[in-house]
Amino acid sequence: MEKLKKKIGSFSFWNWVIASIIFRLILIYFPKNLNLSSRPEVSTPLTSFRRLAEGYWLKQSSMSSYAGSMYHGSPLLLSLLGPLTVKRIEGQPNHLLYSLVSVIADVVSAMLIRATGQNLRLAYLRGLESLDLVKQIDVSEFLFSGDIAALIYLCNPFTIVACVGLSTSPIENMAVILCLYGACSRLIPLAAFGWVIATHLSLYPAILIIPVIFLLGCGPDSPPRKLFLQRHQQKEVLNQSKLPPGFSWGPIIHFAFWAFLWSVYVLVLCGISLKQFGGLWEMFKSTYGFILTVEDLSPNIGVLWYFFAEVFEFFRNFFLIVFHVNILFMILPLAIRLRHRPCYLAFVYVAICSMLKSYPSVGDSALYLGLLGWFVNELADMQFSLFLFCGYVGVSLLSPVMHNLWIWRGTGNANFYFTTAMVYACLQIVLVVEGVSAVLNHDRKLRILITGKPQDAKS
Amino acid sequence: MVLLQRPHILLLLIGTHQFLQCWIAFGSVNEEGQKQEEFSEELLLKPLPDHKLLAHFHFQSSGPPSTSNGCHHHLFPKAISQLVQKFRIKEMELSFTKGRWNYESWGGFDPLSSSNAKPPGVELWAVFDVPQHHIDASWKNLTHTLSGLFCASINFLESTATYSTPEWSFPPASGNVTYGTLPCEAVCTENLTPWLKLLPCRDKAGIALLLDRPSLYRGFYHSQQLHLTSTGSSSEGIDSGIILEQTLTVVLQPNSEMAIEVHASEKHIQPSWSLSSIFGKQVSGRCVLAKPSSVYLLLDRGLPAANGLTSENFWSNPSFELSANPDRIFLEESSSHSKSLSILYMFQVEKYCESEPFDIGLMWKVPVAWLCQQTPLHASRFLMGSGNERAAIAISLKSTQFTEGFMSANSKDGSCELRVDVFQVVPWYVKVYFHSLRVFVDQQPRAVSDIIEKIHVSPSKDKMSPGVMEVVLKLPCRVNTAALTIEFDKGFLRIDEYLPDANQGFDIPSAIISFPNFHASMVFLEDDSLNKSPLLSKFQEKCPVMSYTEVLLVPLTTPDFSMPYNVITITCTVFALYFGSLLNVLQRRVAEEERFLKAKAAKKTGRLPLLLSKLSAKLRGRRLEPLHSPPSSSSFINSKLVLKVILVAGLAVGWQYFFS
Repeated sequence: MEKLKKKIGSFSFWNWVIASIIFRLILIYFPKNLNLSSRPEVSTPLTSFRRLAEGYWLKQSSMSSYAGSMYHGSPLLLSLLGPLTVKRIEGQPNHLLYSLVSVIADVVSAMLIRATGQNLRLAYLRGLESLDLVKQIDVSEFLFSGDIAALIYLCNPFTIVACVGLSTSPIENMAVILCLYGACSRLIPLAAFGWVIATHLSLYPAILIIPVIFLLGCGPDSPPRKLFLQRHQQKEVLNQSKLPPGFSWGPIIHFAFWAFLWSVYVLVLCGISLKQFGGLWEMFKSTYGFILTVEDLSPNIGVLWYFFAEVFEFFRNFFLIVFHVNILFMILPLAIRLRHRPCYLAFVYVAICSMLKSYPSVGDSALYLGLLGWFVNELADMQFSLFLFCGYVGVSLLSPVMHNLWIWRGTGNANFYFTTAMVYACLQIVLVVEGVSAVLNHDRKLRILITGKPQDAKS
Repeated sequence: MVLLQRPHILLLLIGTHQFLQCWIAFGSVNEEGQKQEEFSEELLLKPLPDHKLLAHFHFQSSGPPSTSNGCHHHLFPKAISQLVQKFRIKEMELSFTKGRWNYESWGGFDPLSSSNAKPPGVELWAVFDVPQHHIDASWKNLTHTLSGLFCASINFLESTATYSTPEWSFPPASGNVTYGTLPCEAVCTENLTPWLKLLPCRDKAGIALLLDRPSLYRGFYHSQQLHLTSTGSSSEGIDSGIILEQTLTVVLQPNSEMAIEVHASEKHIQPSWSLSSIFGKQVSGRCVLAKPSSVYLLLDRGLPAANGLTSENFWSNPSFELSANPDRIFLEESSSHSKSLSILYMFQVEKYCESEPFDIGLMWKVPVAWLCQQTPLHASRFLMGSGNERAAIAISLKSTQFTEGFMSANSKDGSCELRVDVFQVVPWYVKVYFHSLRVFVDQQPRAVSDIIEKIHVSPSKDKMSPGVMEVVLKLPCRVNTAALTIEFDKGFLRIDEYLPDANQGFDIPSAIISFPNFHASMVFLEDDSLNKSPLLSKFQEKCPVMSYTEVLLVPLTTPDFSMPYNVITITCTVFALYFGSLLNVLQRRVAEEERFLKAKAAKKTGRLPLLLSKLSAKLRGRRLEPLHSPPSSSSFINSKLVLKVILVAGLAVGWQYFFS
């Protein structure tokens, strides 16, 4: 019976995957790609397809692709994807090959998410088993979080829009997922590669090094180590084999070595492709420098563009520091509280980055919403989930309307659009805060199940 | 005695002063030999086909090489010579223009229009004789000096985001030229007055007397220019000093009252005019310092043919009547481009004086219609698209009657090509996608590489440099229309980068379309006296045919200018919300746990104050019990206290013991 259920589940999973791919292909064959590639929600200055094409054009006419302030991406991406921006097949849509690459990147990401999710689920079950909680919690009700996460990632309208809108975020997301997958399945060179590429492409995934270290050091998500000790103290049988392994430095040194190797490799490749122009310094200035200084003030779904358009020049540097430090400030407290759940920590970091980054796009939201699927079991009793769902739907419907009113019709003003961006930021804040509190509550619930109700509280 | 002596002394003083002046002047003339400071004033009048009149004032001062006479000048404006010396300017041109030159009806293929039709606003270009890395500094200083000299905001050209260095598509000068325009600059009389101050007679005498401000600024087109050529410090060895050409071109509508009186029924007749009716003034003699001082009347190439004028009968023509007799009449040398020739009537102002002022009038007798010679292709530029996010610039080239003639002349060999250079500068907030360049020939899309022979692009850098595009197009001669389109994104600026009237939009400077294979020149039949006239010798120079397109007005999206405080506070609130609530969640304990902990804490420390209060109450109430209660109820902490006290006492005893 169980097997049959599983079979049906996996069958419908593949059905959904194929359906989402077909849906993407249908959208690609629409005329002019529905103009998605120039939507502010999809293409930020960093991920825009048109800017990539411009960078490639400049490179082809023997100029530095960073000449002018059009292209701010990686030179490697330009060498790999650039030729696809100009290649045309007779009778086919203009950027078919490029779109196919995005579709493939999406499918690969989904598969990696699925594998990682299964890995996480097994680890979670193992944790419950060693805590002897299997009887108390009905394991059969456990959802296949890997399948769910992969389907969320594939069928999310945000992912579809980012993929069909020809932005480079599917590839950036794939690098992040590759890094997490490698760390979960202890493929250290792969994890290091994913981390280096993700950092190279969009800087913010650099902070994922902390979850990756936890993942490599003590394995994937499990209930807190303290619980195991308490459990064994209660039973007074200290079974070492059932305890999760402690923190080991070996894989981390291994990871550091590989990360160093890959980053040298990437920098050498970049150096070669930029040799006759400004060199690496120019690349850092117009990629990382551009991200950190928020030079482009074109509207996007974040709040920083309007803030820096309005703020007085005198305070600009101060607020640049404040907003970027806001990301860094939260790293340590989160790492302390969630160190036993490195994958969840990675999800929270990704969500925070996509909320506070300089040029956010729906592609970033697609990534963390996809990763959210890994934790369906832990987040089962999260508060406000309906409110959040409705909020996401509402914002993604209202935001294009407000943008249209402001930019195209001229009947609204910038505040209309900014309000939706503000609401979106608040929704993401609620999601992160409630998510973190739900996971902490989940751990608390496990502890209560082990130790029983704290009896002293009644006094 | 004193009263008698004083006039003598005065006379003596005046006499010596005058003598000294003369002597100095004489000496300087002797030293320089042939190279003297010269000044010429000329006015060219030309009837235009659309019932308008073009007046072109041309003043030229030439200064001898600066090395020969130091910094002393008699006629040449000192400010200009200092400018040239300080910034080592090789060539410079500054123009203030109001209105747009109508290439279709005022012509584009004669020296007058190709060198005097300018884009609206201020245009400045300069060639410096300094090393490459000093050019930016020289340019900055030059713009500031010129804005002081001409009471204009030329200093806005100082920032690197406003000027560019065209490499090969700017025909008036080549190599190291720095070019900048301010399309939105308002030009008015405050710019004209400093310009007139550079003339030796200002507007007090001579032809400049005609420059009556109200009638000038009433015109359809008004362009005042200053062109400087200096060979003073060149390495070529030929040292001709500085030549300053000041030109003022106006297109005016003559009052057609006279025409109405005569031919009320004739609507198509050209309006008759006279100098006094156009400018409201007459020329009362020449400026005494001007060497040639003459007025010309130019009848365009097409006009004599339409008029039935031939080389035989142009002295006595049937279709119009001149109020003054011309001193000379010149006929153009036959050129390859057109069959008909233009006629030039010359009037010398020297002959006239205050009692008999010079006034020339032209009275048309029969209606005439003709066409001015036009550029090979008529260029216009427009914006495509709607909304404030993205748009496209289109430059369209349309064939004119000239190309038809040219085509028929060259129709024998099929592979005839028309070369067109396009020079386009865009400000940085117009973010051009150069890969989106499309070429249409006769409304058919063509491969870019087929039509574009050469392209040079320098993409814009945000707030740093403008985008420059230089393109060489090779079009087939039989082309009817050709169009270039290029897409761009509209940039979003900070609130303090918007101009005061932000919703008006931003101007994209004119593109320059030039035809390097064609040269406009007007050579008149050889005559010695012609060489003396700087205006006519300038006409004889071969100048490349070029035209400016329209200035484009790009509306940019504006943020809400009244919102900075609201945006800052709201955004910061959201960030605080994020930071605060996340920290709260991370260090929060659930209610049960909290109560448990509170109870635990109360067990430890909370009992002491409770007990103390009980104790005090009891002490007040009953005095017997407390004696037992403190030691009995003293908990763990109290015993600690006792221990501490004992410890301190022991230490004190030890201390005492040790030191005594």
